Amino acid sequence: MSVKEWEPKIVAFLCHWCSYAAADLAGVSRFSYPPNVRIIRVPCSSRVNPQFVLRAFAEGADGVLVAGCHLGDCHYVKGNYYARRRLWVLQRLLEFVGMEPARFQVHWISGAEGAKFAETIKEMVDKVRILGPNRLFQEVKDICVG
Amino acid sequence: MKLAYYPGCSLKGTAREYDLSTRLVARHLGLELVEIPDWNCCGATAAHSTSHFLAVALPARVLALAEDMGLDILSPCAACYQRLRAAQEELKRDPELKRQVEGALGRTFEGRVRVFSLLEALAQLGEEALAAQVVRPLKGMQVACYYGCLLVRPPLTSCDDPEQPQLMEKILAPTKVDTLDWGGKNECCGASLIFGAREVALNLIKNILHAAAQVRAHALVTACPLCHANLDLRQKEVNRFFGTNFAIPVFYLSQLLGIAMGLNPRDLGLGSHFVDPQRALRMVGS
Amino acid sequence: MPRVGVFVCWCGSNIGGVLDCPALARAAATFPGVVYATDYQYMCSDPGQKLIAEAIKEHRLDRVVVAACSPRLHEDTFREVLARAGLNPYLLEMTNLREHCSWVHAGEKELAQAKALSLIRRAVAKALRLTPLHPGRVKITRRCLVIGGGIAGIQAALDVADAGIEVVLVEREPSLGGKMVLLDKTFPTLDCSACISTPKMAAVAKHPLIRLYTYAEVEKVEGSLGNYRVTIRQKARYVDHTKCTGCGTCWEKCPVKVPDELNFRLSTRPAIYLPFPQAVPSKPVIDARHCRQLTKGKCGVCQKVCPAGAIDYTQQDSLHEEEVGAIIVATGFDLFPWEKAYGEYGYGRYPDVITGLAFERLVNASGPTGGRIVRPSDGREPRTVVFVHCVGSRDELKGREYCSRICCMYTAKHAHQVKERLPEAKVYVFYIDIRTFGKGYEEFYRRVQDEGVIYLRGRVSKIYQEGDKLIVKGADTLLGEPVTIAADLVVLATGVVPARGAEELARTLGISTDKDGFFQEAHPKLRPVETHTAGIFLAGACQGPKDIPDTVSQASAAAAKAVGLLLREEIEVSPLVAWVNQALCTGCLHCQVVCPYQAIEVVTEGGRRRARVKEELCQGCGSCTVACRPGAMELKGFSNEQILAEVEALCR
Repeated sequence: MSVKEWEPKIVAFLCHWCSYAAADLAGVSRFSYPPNVRIIRVPCSSRVNPQFVLRAFAEGADGVLVAGCHLGDCHYVKGNYYARRRLWVLQRLLEFVGMEPARFQVHWISGAEGAKFAETIKEMVDKVRILGPNRLFQEVKDICVG
Repeated sequence: MKLAYYPGCSLKGTAREYDLSTRLVARHLGLELVEIPDWNCCGATAAHSTSHFLAVALPARVLALAEDMGLDILSPCAACYQRLRAAQEELKRDPELKRQVEGALGRTFEGRVRVFSLLEALAQLGEEALAAQVVRPLKGMQVACYYGCLLVRPPLTSCDDPEQPQLMEKILAPTKVDTLDWGGKNECCGASLIFGAREVALNLIKNILHAAAQVRAHALVTACPLCHANLDLRQKEVNRFFGTNFAIPVFYLSQLLGIAMGLNPRDLGLGSHFVDPQRALRMVGS
Repeated sequence: MPRVGVFVCWCGSNIGGVLDCPALARAAATFPGVVYATDYQYMCSDPGQKLIAEAIKEHRLDRVVVAACSPRLHEDTFREVLARAGLNPYLLEMTNLREHCSWVHAGEKELAQAKALSLIRRAVAKALRLTPLHPGRVKITRRCLVIGGGIAGIQAALDVADAGIEVVLVEREPSLGGKMVLLDKTFPTLDCSACISTPKMAAVAKHPLIRLYTYAEVEKVEGSLGNYRVTIRQKARYVDHTKCTGCGTCWEKCPVKVPDELNFRLSTRPAIYLPFPQAVPSKPVIDARHCRQLTKGKCGVCQKVCPAGAIDYTQQDSLHEEEVGAIIVATGFDLFPWEKAYGEYGYGRYPDVITGLAFERLVNASGPTGGRIVRPSDGREPRTVVFVHCVGSRDELKGREYCSRICCMYTAKHAHQVKERLPEAKVYVFYIDIRTFGKGYEEFYRRVQDEGVIYLRGRVSKIYQEGDKLIVKGADTLLGEPVTIAADLVVLATGVVPARGAEELARTLGISTDKDGFFQEAHPKLRPVETHTAGIFLAGACQGPKDIPDTVSQASAAAAKAVGLLLREEIEVSPLVAWVNQALCTGCLHCQVVCPYQAIEVVTEGGRRRARVKEELCQGCGSCTVACRPGAMELKGFSNEQILAEVEALCR
């Protein structure tokens, strides 16, 4: 794939109750954002196993977003607190192995924040576009597989 | 107990009697005070109304000097106390500011020495140690303990409950002096407004004197040089201005304690009062 | 290999105007496992649904992918289609081409088309791994527990019982009534609080379907939705209520006098006492902490004078078990402990600085002064009364951040009552904002102002005693001036906090509390009387500060929810819950720690400890699946395998 054709590929894990609803609202409100994001619906941000994020990078995602309800507003009372703790550790780990922090982002976006969702995607795509393709995990995968 | 003694500018000038009485009382209570060598002004209100940096850096130098001595600080002056404590808190919260201050001082320091007001230092000695030195109980005399602003505000640097301070009452309890419950103990005396906005300050001073008179206080007790100056030195001026006739002497906490300890009134600086304290002292035993 | 059918919806031009739907269907048909793919104008319409149902039969489909709008909108619709076509409804996977693609990428059709295909590939990948799921069923015990016998609990109990369902009502104090029965008049209509609440208390006592426990507390709650087993501790009253006739001889003769907490220590009561004349039950209890017989073993007066022989000094606490299907929590509120926080108001040292609730007792005809407004210190009528709003409310530094909602109005009522009884008195009210949100509230506030009450916008910075006056120093921020008032009586509009013990009860029940300690509702707008724990409902001020009308409405709402649940024979519970692969579980129970619903229990089989999910409690968040180290915990409908397949499909 030549550099010209390359488009960032971003996988987004969105919680059903807030952030997925925000993405729906962005649609209903026609807030356009770059088509580089692909959404996976999970019940709660606490359902996101760090393993899913690593797999996405290993499979060639250039960025991964996890979004859930605002802290204190979790539909499941405290799931997003668990998510925050787990994903914070993952962020540190990814940084440690040399991944640019912008590639893995965690945001709290409520069901009323369609515009914020669109903005978040725009900003993330811009940042990842500047960083270029995610080669780090590609290399890891080549080593592991090859 | 051994403490680094930080008299500050006031105690070397207008509040000389506060310095004298504090040192004397401390010696008799077994509280060893070592004056911080080459100490500097805390900046008082002058610094923090012109340069925030100076307002932290000046007291920071004093903190650093005490750190070298390996001693915690006793700061009898309420303004110095507040500035030292405020600088300490700010440096704790703002590492960047600390770096800048250290740059200006040309040295580093940990900032872990503790700063005590006279109230805290005396209270720490405990009631028994104080009671053991009381030879001339002040029974019969009624005093209103006056804390003013800087010892108790803001709450972050307060040495006691900001709204209902009790340390002075606790310290004076062994002297058997009657400490009154009154509403003026944490009112402002007007401080240096007396120079720029005289009428405002006189009114504030009058309010405090009025509140003390209402509860029939024979005297006021304070631990702040500026409060003392306003309440004592300006009392005549208040009387002239408002047509009142207050005659309430103002003791430093250390002076009153010294009297109860039977120390020589002259050594305690009792001769420098503007409002004659003799009548109040005659109430003892009445 | 499952047989997947893909159905691409145009949604008119909503999707069809941006994406080439027939091309999407053609491409989807080539995905592995897909045996049939088609597109249609409106998949959710009747003909669209029929199309899917027929295709299921014709092509023997056993997995269905609908590429249309948000599953939040139409997942249930299409699940029903599957069910009608004889397929398990959970074999459906939707993908969202409208909200997440055509509507937001209309300007970049080419990239949008590629994204849409990728989204369909994801759905197919997940569909291949779907399994049939079956909702669980739970039988229901048709009885309801109500905790708290204030106006919320009373209303809820009566509503549930009137629907023909048995109620167990537990009240901690010796009498029903809560805070409302202590009040004198209620705003803004000024009707007598006792006159409207005591008949309801009597109705509870008489109701054949209500089992009343007073002077009792809920100690333990086991079980789950539809089937709770509740242990109630009946505190020892030392009076046998089956024998007692409530004649009153005992409390007239009791030699002990203790400050009456219900009257805020403005009066005294005996050690054997009826909290107030209209108490329900109207039989006394002995306050063991103050009774001479019980503390010193010398007295026995009440036993000697009791004509019914009802006094029993040997009585002990007793435990009672009750089975219920639903629980309504109505534990109400307490006043903010201002004496511990507000030094500037004297830390409670001045007898003439009182709370709003104490003022209610002062002005109440059945209160300690018979309704005369006097100073607690010397019994004189005050000539100047100052009210201070927001003591403990809207004060992040010393109190609570929130507005207590009732104080503006009760203070207006108090001000009115002072003016009514003591027309010569000067009345000042210090406020931050006036909040008169209810029906008739603003009008009442205006009326009070017209009566000569002076409202000053500003805080009170200090109150202190000078002679027999209270000096109130405050600010009038509208004039920009400090104000000093020499008052005879100061009434603090003390804020509302959760009733003492609320935190403990929340743990017992397994419900959550908000940052202020009030019980957390399931949704602030749409599920205000439910908790996150199915089968437990909230009524009144235990959920947040409320006035009486709001409390009563919420109590009836909670009752309606409980009745709605209890009238069913059995209930269906969502199958999208966690399950434990018993072969992999090591019994470490990390899952139990993170579960917000106490839905994980321990089972021991053959000496091996394992986790088990109580499906009727699990809400399906999946927190536990990530906490599980051996990967034994799975979430049905969102399994690790399914999500990883989605990830791979999207990254291709």
